[in-house]
Amino acid sequence: MINASLKQLSQALAAKQISSVELTQLFLDRIDRLNPSLNAFVTVNAEKSLNSAKAADARIAAGTAGLLTGIPIAQKDIFCAEGWRTTCGSKMLANFVSPYDATVIRKMESEAGLVSLGKTNMDEFAMGSSNETSFFGPVKNPWDQARVPGGSSGGSAAAVAARLAPAATGTDTGGSIRQPAALCNLTGLKPTYGVVSRYGMIAFASSLDQGGPMAASAEDCALLLNTMSGFDERDSTSLDRPLEDYSRDLEKPLAGLRIGLPKEFFGEGCDAEVMAAVRAAIAQYEKLGATTVEVSLPNSHLSVPAYYVIAPAEASSNLSRFDGVRYGYRAPEYGSLDDMYMKSRAQGFGAEVKRRILIGAYVLSHGYYDAYYLQAQRIRRLIANDFVEAFKDCDVIMGPTSPTTAFKLGEKAADPVQMYLSDIYTIAVNLAGLPGMSVPCGFVGGLPVGLQLIGNYFTEAQLLNVAHRYQQATDWHQRRPAGIE
Amino acid sequence: MNQWEVVIGIETHAQLATVSKIFSGASTAFGAAPNTQACAVDLALPGVLPVLNKKAVECAIRFGLAIGAEVAAKSVFARKNYFYPDLPKGYQISQMDLPVVVGGAITLQVGQGEKAYEKVVHLTRAHLEEDAGKSLHEDFHGKSGIDLNRAGTPLLEIVTEPDMRSSDEAVAYAKVLHALVRWIGICDGNMQEGSFRCDANVSVRPKGQAELGTRREIKNLNSFRFLKEAIDYEIQWQINEIEEGRKIQQATVLFDPDNGVTRVMRTKEDAHDYRYFPDPDLLPLIISADWIARVKSELPELPRQMRDRFINDLGLSSYDATALTSSPEMADYFESTVAIAGKANAKPCANWVMVDLAARLNKEGKELADSPVTAAQLAGLLLRIADNTISNNIAKRVFDALWNREGATADEVIDKQGLKQITDSGAIESLVDEVLAANAANVAEFRAGKEKAFNALVGQVMKAAKGKANPQQVNDLLRKKLIG
Repeated sequence: MINASLKQLSQALAAKQISSVELTQLFLDRIDRLNPSLNAFVTVNAEKSLNSAKAADARIAAGTAGLLTGIPIAQKDIFCAEGWRTTCGSKMLANFVSPYDATVIRKMESEAGLVSLGKTNMDEFAMGSSNETSFFGPVKNPWDQARVPGGSSGGSAAAVAARLAPAATGTDTGGSIRQPAALCNLTGLKPTYGVVSRYGMIAFASSLDQGGPMAASAEDCALLLNTMSGFDERDSTSLDRPLEDYSRDLEKPLAGLRIGLPKEFFGEGCDAEVMAAVRAAIAQYEKLGATTVEVSLPNSHLSVPAYYVIAPAEASSNLSRFDGVRYGYRAPEYGSLDDMYMKSRAQGFGAEVKRRILIGAYVLSHGYYDAYYLQAQRIRRLIANDFVEAFKDCDVIMGPTSPTTAFKLGEKAADPVQMYLSDIYTIAVNLAGLPGMSVPCGFVGGLPVGLQLIGNYFTEAQLLNVAHRYQQATDWHQRRPAGIE
Repeated sequence: MNQWEVVIGIETHAQLATVSKIFSGASTAFGAAPNTQACAVDLALPGVLPVLNKKAVECAIRFGLAIGAEVAAKSVFARKNYFYPDLPKGYQISQMDLPVVVGGAITLQVGQGEKAYEKVVHLTRAHLEEDAGKSLHEDFHGKSGIDLNRAGTPLLEIVTEPDMRSSDEAVAYAKVLHALVRWIGICDGNMQEGSFRCDANVSVRPKGQAELGTRREIKNLNSFRFLKEAIDYEIQWQINEIEEGRKIQQATVLFDPDNGVTRVMRTKEDAHDYRYFPDPDLLPLIISADWIARVKSELPELPRQMRDRFINDLGLSSYDATALTSSPEMADYFESTVAIAGKANAKPCANWVMVDLAARLNKEGKELADSPVTAAQLAGLLLRIADNTISNNIAKRVFDALWNREGATADEVIDKQGLKQITDSGAIESLVDEVLAANAANVAEFRAGKEKAFNALVGQVMKAAKGKANPQQVNDLLRKKLIG
């Protein structure tokens, strides 16, 4: 059961081979045993989880269950969930219990009947690529506990990789689903901007944030996306499109698929062995009937600088609500109102969050706005146009997800720019609002490597198909770290 | 004073009369217990998002159409960032570079009688934004209370060009704007509750100078009287400063009505950098031509159009027509009265509504909506004056009776109280004869050339007739008998 796919779990539940309560308890026990060393979960509430499992069992018994009813799942602690402590990895919200459900939580738990196992650790307010900025301490990579799991959805990635949960939710602002998926040997999908509601997902950078699934396979991701997605009138940036079955094209043959290889992704800056694994995966696709074509994303070198203007600008404003007035952390002692603000925010936020608030406030200030914020928005349009051009010649773009495998804890913590560069291949996708995936494609020195797939707008079903066919031909995604059984 | 020219621009915050808030579903009703009308979105809980209320947009479109402005096909919501405890998100959602309404103008009548003149005030823009909550500094033992019921209430901020040249013009503008927003149903205009509040930007410059003087902005004036007093004080203060050789510093000031002075709240130096940027949680507001056309088709006749109609069709004076269109209630009452009493009675209708009815309402502190005398009752009364059933004087008694609900109609009152005018010349003649016989002294005085004595005799006849005799007939008959 530990390694079963969602479809297998669904069948087992439907056949009454196991109950949701039993299945939930199985994973809760694993969390008890393995989480103290991995630190993947920040909040577990067995009573709540088991109550949900009981309700799911009742639905199964009554014949009103959906495909995923009763299957346990880990929720990134960025999603507000009623009655659950929701921290976003920050001291600022260390004691915040949400009075309401995010739309994603409502859809997955109240509607689809998935059972929440708990809330997973993450970089503070999703700002980080290693999970080291969490107030609750770093998450360890199950493949090598001296290494980071990636970030910001590092807790979700480690939880699924160590099979503390069959699957998890993540969010991706600049690579926060794809990069940890790559570093932990998972399949992760960041949908087209607007496919998954952001309501109740604590905002980092509103125009870039997007929730998505993290699981062992493309098939699992497709089933999860079916429950997560859909128009939400509470999110003005949510797209009002007909509901899709993202698993509908999984089995489609890949003959004739045109794979675009951006020359900018295959030059300097990527570890050679990582690149070799990526190239091997592309060769595998050619065996499956795909053809490759070189494309160009000439402005991709501008994506990191543009991102580090736009994302902090939005974050500086989004995080203003954490002021110690209505909820969240308030300094125990203060003088004036301004002193209360300053002390509460100085003590409640960690260093990386403060750095980004300062950058964001700076680029939005009078006299700098045009030079930074507006300029970055222009670059953003250029980057989006690069993809429009590239997709004239191909159906899907491929390249590495991350330039390296999982790095050591502390290795990049002191050098923010090095840390920011670990998202060099993923950021442009968020700036353009496109869907992107990471798929396991090999190992270097015992550490997983991820292949990134980038699709045109609303081609999630096709991306999942492209990933699924590869996973039928390979077994990278089925490999598990040692010592977790 | 005479060598100075005053320049005034006004920014008005009109609270829009929507049922729910501009970005959430919470109620906007005034007066609820603190924080009972603030939902997750208004409280700015982590993760919540704004959703634009279409009704607020319709209010803005109505306003734009009513002032002949351009309703922007595309406008953008921006975040105005600053920290304050009654601003839950740490930013206010407003509009900056691309407002929903651009341009337009409002025409005013300033002054009365000989000195009255027409003035056109141009508008710069009007934009949608959300209100903040309220900080309550009393009764919390050294702490402040925060009430977020008002947070997220929709506002239309209406900004004029610096077109006004006196406090009278500023007040006239504010009154016309106030009437207009109520007229088109976008704001209840309740100034005590803060639904309509003005900021006045005031500067002075030597007459003939093209360049504007340095302005000071008087914030949050919530009555027409305060608006006038604050501007007048500010003008005199600025002139004195300049004449004494000091420079005006740009500043935001508050008016202290108790002492009649303005006080500096903040200067340009400590002005915030609001770090405006487009709100990424909201898409640009796109208003289609169809939407505008639909709103236009639902727009009532505007005060200015109605005023012109009153002048042209009903023959009213410009003054009367302006006064009758100063509020939707007044205009509606007048129109209902004329509809029954007939166009021929338009002028007496106007007089009765503006003078007799208005005075009585004023005396008893009532609003037109609460008038015990309905338009239909007043029209019935006016018809009886027109057909000589009663005189104007008796009409006032009938009006009082209607006010006191002594009858359902003027006819009923006239009937019940026997107020019908005596027009039978025989009956009047016998009264006249009695009075002449009983007042020989007055008769002698009149014949000696004292005209006053004639009035005394008329009075005696009217008294004998209990006021009901036709005054003209009494006059004619008396004169005939005395001189005749």
